[in-house]
Amino acid sequence: MAIDNRPLSPHLQVYKPQLTSVLSILHRITGIALAIGTLLLVWWLIAAASGPDYYDTAQRCIGSTMGRILLLGWTYALFYHLANGIRHLAWDSGRGFELNTAYLTGWLVIISSIVLTIVTWIAGYVVMGGS
Amino acid sequence: MNLQTPLGRARGLGSAKSGTKHWWAQRVTAIALIPLTIWFVVAMISATGNDYNNAQQFIGNPINAILFILLIVATFHHAQLGLQVVIEDYVHNKPMEIGLLIITKGTVIVLGLSSVFAVLSITFGVA
Repeated sequence: MAIDNRPLSPHLQVYKPQLTSVLSILHRITGIALAIGTLLLVWWLIAAASGPDYYDTAQRCIGSTMGRILLLGWTYALFYHLANGIRHLAWDSGRGFELNTAYLTGWLVIISSIVLTIVTWIAGYVVMGGS
Repeated sequence: MNLQTPLGRARGLGSAKSGTKHWWAQRVTAIALIPLTIWFVVAMISATGNDYNNAQQFIGNPINAILFILLIVATFHHAQLGLQVVIEDYVHNKPMEIGLLIITKGTVIVLGLSSVFAVLSITFGVA
């Protein structure tokens, strides 16, 4: 088709990554990761409804080293998507488009998602009594 | 006056007139998920390491059960809206795109219904 020979604007890959563009694609990536992560919640709820043996198996898997690593990743993805989602909602209302504001809120998203992840995990270990 | 191209007119495709609804639903579920997510994180921290009986009580508690169901419905609705956009953006083969959309939406319905059923069966003690 002749349409394929038309000049195209440069692909995104030619641009140097910027905070704003990296956070933008991270929002999608964490969204996809969280969609997959819902499987864990579904599994846990069904296990809890299926009886003690199923529940104990689920708890053992989630509490294993691999399970905890995945859960840590999903905790971060959840807080990132939550914080950046609020940033997106502010943009949807027409606010925060100035370049320095976009960078400031971008850094706020990074810092708050890391802090909230750490606080959540410390709280989790405190509830478990350190195990 | 018709602004469509002749090819566009022949195909009969154009705006499905539902783009705004999709966009709006994504925002509304996003807003609902802010308090629900905060509740979920706090609730799951408090439930960390629960044994079977405690987990049953925790999920079966009427307020928690309702919040779980709200969280499940809002999450899966939001997820399928988001995944739909991702598929539409990156999958350029039409049969593959439609197939993936149907699989995604079907999977989300199965997962959402199963989780709601699990919560209800714990609440009403029919597990």
